[in-house]
Amino acid sequence: MLFSVMLWSLAIALRVYSWGSPRLRALMAEKDFVAQIRVKDGSRGRWYRLAGGRLQSRVGIISDPDIVIRFKTASLGARVLVHLGSGMFHFAYPFLRPFLDPMLPINAAKGFAFEVQGKEDCSLQFTRIFNFMLTNHWRQGMPAAGGEIRYVNQTNGGPVFVYVKDGRIVRITPLEFDEEDAKGWSIEVRGQTFTPPHRATASPHGLASKSLVYSSKRLLYPMKRVDFDPNGDRNPQNRGKSGYVRISWEEALDLAASEIKRVRRQHGHGAILWSHSSHHTWGNVGYYLSAAVRFMNAIGHSKMVLNPDSWEGWFWGAAHHYGYTMRMGTAEPYGQIEDCLKEAEMIVFWASDPESTCASYAAFEGTVRRQWAKRLGIKMVHIDPYKNATAAWLGGKWIPIVPGTSPALAHAIAHVWITEGLYDKDYVEKRTTGFEKYRAYLLGEEDGTPKSPEWQAPETGIEPHVVRTLAREWAAKKTYLSCGGKGVAFGGANRSATGAQWARAMVCLMAMRGLGKPGINFGNLSVGAPLDMQFYFPGYADGGISGDVEATADAVQNYQRLPHLISMNTVTQKISRLRIPEAILDGRAEGHPTDSKSIEGQFMRFSYPSPGHSPIRMIYKYGGSHFGTTMESNRLAKALQSDSVEFILNQSIWDEGETAFADLILPACTNFERTDISEWASSGGYGHHNFNQLNHRVIVLQHKCIEPLGESKSDYEIFLELSKRLGLSTYFGEGKSELLWCREQFLSSDLPRMISWKKFLKKGYYVVPPETKSENRAPASMCWFAEGRKKDVPEPSPLPCEYGEEYLSGLQTQSGKFEFEPSSLKRFDDPERPPLNRYIPSWEGRQTKERFERFPLQLITPHPRFSFHTMGDGKDSIINDIVDHRVLIDGYYYWTARVNPIDAAKRGIGHHDLVKLFNDRGAVVCAAVVTDRITPGVVHAYESSALYEPIGEPGSSVDRGGCVNILTPKRHMSARTSASAPNSCLVEVAKWRGEAAI
Amino acid sequence: MKKWNLIVDVAECHNCHNCFVTCKDEYVGNDFPGYSAPQPLHGHRWIDILAKERGRFPRVEAAYVPIMCNHCDNAPCVAAGRGAVVKREDGIVLIDPRRAKGRKDLVGICPYGAIWWNEELQLPQAWTFDAHLIDSGWDKPRCVQACPTGALQSLKVSDEEMSEIVAANNLRPLVARHATRPRVHYKNLHLYDRLFIAGTVLAESAGVVDCLGEAQIELIKEAKVVSAVRSDAFGEFKIDSLLEDSGACELRILHPDFAAETVAVTLGKESLVLDPIPLKKTAPR
Repeated sequence: MLFSVMLWSLAIALRVYSWGSPRLRALMAEKDFVAQIRVKDGSRGRWYRLAGGRLQSRVGIISDPDIVIRFKTASLGARVLVHLGSGMFHFAYPFLRPFLDPMLPINAAKGFAFEVQGKEDCSLQFTRIFNFMLTNHWRQGMPAAGGEIRYVNQTNGGPVFVYVKDGRIVRITPLEFDEEDAKGWSIEVRGQTFTPPHRATASPHGLASKSLVYSSKRLLYPMKRVDFDPNGDRNPQNRGKSGYVRISWEEALDLAASEIKRVRRQHGHGAILWSHSSHHTWGNVGYYLSAAVRFMNAIGHSKMVLNPDSWEGWFWGAAHHYGYTMRMGTAEPYGQIEDCLKEAEMIVFWASDPESTCASYAAFEGTVRRQWAKRLGIKMVHIDPYKNATAAWLGGKWIPIVPGTSPALAHAIAHVWITEGLYDKDYVEKRTTGFEKYRAYLLGEEDGTPKSPEWQAPETGIEPHVVRTLAREWAAKKTYLSCGGKGVAFGGANRSATGAQWARAMVCLMAMRGLGKPGINFGNLSVGAPLDMQFYFPGYADGGISGDVEATADAVQNYQRLPHLISMNTVTQKISRLRIPEAILDGRAEGHPTDSKSIEGQFMRFSYPSPGHSPIRMIYKYGGSHFGTTMESNRLAKALQSDSVEFILNQSIWDEGETAFADLILPACTNFERTDISEWASSGGYGHHNFNQLNHRVIVLQHKCIEPLGESKSDYEIFLELSKRLGLSTYFGEGKSELLWCREQFLSSDLPRMISWKKFLKKGYYVVPPETKSENRAPASMCWFAEGRKKDVPEPSPLPCEYGEEYLSGLQTQSGKFEFEPSSLKRFDDPERPPLNRYIPSWEGRQTKERFERFPLQLITPHPRFSFHTMGDGKDSIINDIVDHRVLIDGYYYWTARVNPIDAAKRGIGHHDLVKLFNDRGAVVCAAVVTDRITPGVVHAYESSALYEPIGEPGSSVDRGGCVNILTPKRHMSARTSASAPNSCLVEVAKWRGEAAI
Repeated sequence: MKKWNLIVDVAECHNCHNCFVTCKDEYVGNDFPGYSAPQPLHGHRWIDILAKERGRFPRVEAAYVPIMCNHCDNAPCVAAGRGAVVKREDGIVLIDPRRAKGRKDLVGICPYGAIWWNEELQLPQAWTFDAHLIDSGWDKPRCVQACPTGALQSLKVSDEEMSEIVAANNLRPLVARHATRPRVHYKNLHLYDRLFIAGTVLAESAGVVDCLGEAQIELIKEAKVVSAVRSDAFGEFKIDSLLEDSGACELRILHPDFAAETVAVTLGKESLVLDPIPLKKTAPR
């Protein structure tokens, strides 16, 4: 009975809604079809015929429907329909919800008791009509002055308000909280109370988003390469050179789907390589770890393995001494802000520039805390070849260092501590193993060479008295060590040939100081805010809608909380991202996995091709350009022109870098043109509690602020359209629109306890109240270890079996203690990574004499300050006008490279002269910035330019896009890792006179 | 009558460019009739950042100075504008986008270079203090909202109150010699337009050189101590806020355990970074 009533209600609802909604009427008129909803045995049912936009519906079973929605029993059908329809009743929904079983439709579908059969285009249209009815009355955005609407969105550089008028973005601003938003935390330190401002900060690349949305480099229409004929000559050798012709979405999607089918038919699933960027425009539905994974799993693909390119030294090095593999070898991020401000007397920034790299996604949230530290008189030291933005602003002692030699300085500091008796002997005795061997090495008992301040001087360029003072100050003062932008590692010196040595040396130094004792920890006030760590909202790597319980953190919470179907890629073949060119050009490649579950996981070497698998024949490229982040980038150009790759599809927002190497371009829209949901800076499984970089947890309903520009579509819509052509649309979309997936995410989280969906949808954000009770705040990182207690910080790693003694007792290492000589490396024979962290000079640097003579300058390429990797750069954005980012010379925006006046004078280079940075790998034209902030003999240029613009033949001519990774070595940090080492790079610099030849 | 002012703290600006970016975001592609015509996508810098390095490797310092329309009370553009440039009661100076059409002469008249020529619209343009937003209820301009360090601060106070704030915080106009009475006031401008003397004090003892902290460094001019600082743990010292062309001076370095040293210096146009100064142990008494 209820089933029949529900079916009748659906017909009534469609009629009533269509009277009031011209948009629904238009949607209903798009396609004529007949839908049958019925019980499997045919005992009950109703059909719905749409013809010319008019609805006809009758009880009964029709003979030839276009689609059939079939339930095993009427009772099941009734319950599923009640569930699906209940969302329409906005006000009643909170009351109805306890009586609904959110798992019911999914469980019924999994058991084939609830099926959708028939024509894909008709079923998709039917769900679109149904979803429109469900959601059309949902209101989004707040009215603002002057007839504008204030929407909310989220970027890699912070959450933003988006003011829209007449369908166009007027401005994008940081979030300013209102009276009802939770107030910030406060901490009492040294007689002062500190509370962060009641607002959210934003990075320049986030605030420049409007110029990126309306960029002249937007891809607005599907395009096909002019000389690509899928049925004839494909001309792969012309990729990167020939132009494009606009085609219709129908043609583009049909071509993409038919190529996916053809490649799988002719070569097998493993012949498709999914290549994607490590980051994406923000949002838990549209992120690359969500909808894209779901789709790519559904079609099968060879997996591109991302190396931990911002954490290399920590993952491949430091983790062996103290674990934390699930944090890529970086320390616990808890409680440091309060502890540092209360206790610390000095912060040593070592290859650390938080004001530039913003702890990844946190914009300038840590800035105010560093101002507090300065006000409290906490001393600052900065060890960096470049006097970076943080050093220049905060002040303190700048110690310039020869790139790649940091481990030598660290050993010398340890040497002073040992010879002067300045280390924490009690801690070393109780909490560590293997110290005696390290001690013997440092004192020269092993090799006759004491690793003294005098020993390190020729390597590092640092005078012995500076090292002695640093060591003594460090010992006399409770000191925080800030490694990389985040303070607990990340970026900088760990991305070099000696990166693992450096990160290993850093944790060894801290073990000698008593890591975890009050005021002695990793950090620079970027992480460890006293926020509510228990309030649940999924981060971007927590699975989203992917259903991937293997490659995302879906299984941890999301899979139990959010009803969705599982997805799985069955292809085992994989390629290390940095070896894609070799895989294609040589047909062979090796790699080591970024397996974070255990310390030993990274040792499991894999080879391409996998046994019995096809080589790569098709590349599905998704998101930004890889040129800017691939060492020896010219390799990639040559690989993409290979005739062994029959088809390259590129689904991107902008025309940049790699798009010009595609056969087919599918234009995606930005996050401002689609609906999504997310939490600021929350990466979930890729960094548990990553949001504690922030002063306030901000969860955002990312409004669709404007309609997609041109013919661009959201990634989700593109995948849905492709799914339709592959018979997968019901599986892929589960009948939901992006907005409905957002509501599922909302419902799966702790948000409904705090704010209604209606209000959240309209206002667009929610500020999670901070932890006010000190007992509930996360304790300071590793305090438990220092005090010999069970682990008491709220992180679920390491996994239970990783403990050697009792669960939560000790570290992840075999001994449970800090291991100066790691058990894992003792068993793994890697001559470049010996168990004892001996100093091995960089394989490319001042010590490599023959090469150094040819290319006498060291190039360092840190993470960029004004763009987020390739995001925000190029693309005609206003970021280009920042003179420290790019400089406009003769009508072209050139990447900047910093050169010391001494080196500049030798080469006749003046400020903002165009110069060619070159070595035997290629040449890049940059605008010279002549500055005393860079150490003589060193050139500084940010990595990850979005542009790759060879003047002549791609792969073998001068680039003027600023793609400096053309010059960096493809060599791994050590052969038995997949670690990149771009900061070990020798170049020469000369004035550029317009030549195209390298 | 309360009027708008902007305070720029040079010590707090770390060159993030959020002010520059938000100014572009606000004005590029947006027409605010009665206030401003659209800013071109590239080329214009209504809010710009001056950069200056003082000293030399490795004792180099970088200062950043955001500059923009100063909304002067005695503005040359208002005087020359013949009605094309308006001084509002709240202190804000607006170039009328209709009446100023074709007035390229106004570009050169601003002594701060804050007026930009829009070739396409044939219009002089400058930062309006975001007057259109202020008039719609905003309590600060966008550059202030987006500034992460508090280097930019806007305040609407009476001229009397502002004079007190200027005096109390040692605020200065960007260029002292212009008599335009700007409403943008700079704090810690010495980091940009004054000189420093920096050095390192070392101690030699039993053949080992070490940094010497707690040394007293006195700057002496015409036999008078004009400034005194102490060296830090690394032996480093810096005497700042010195005027260009101060001429010949003397540095005296004192430490109870070491023999005093004197170094002669001459201050011209550039900051000075001295060679390390080693002190010798005094003979035991």
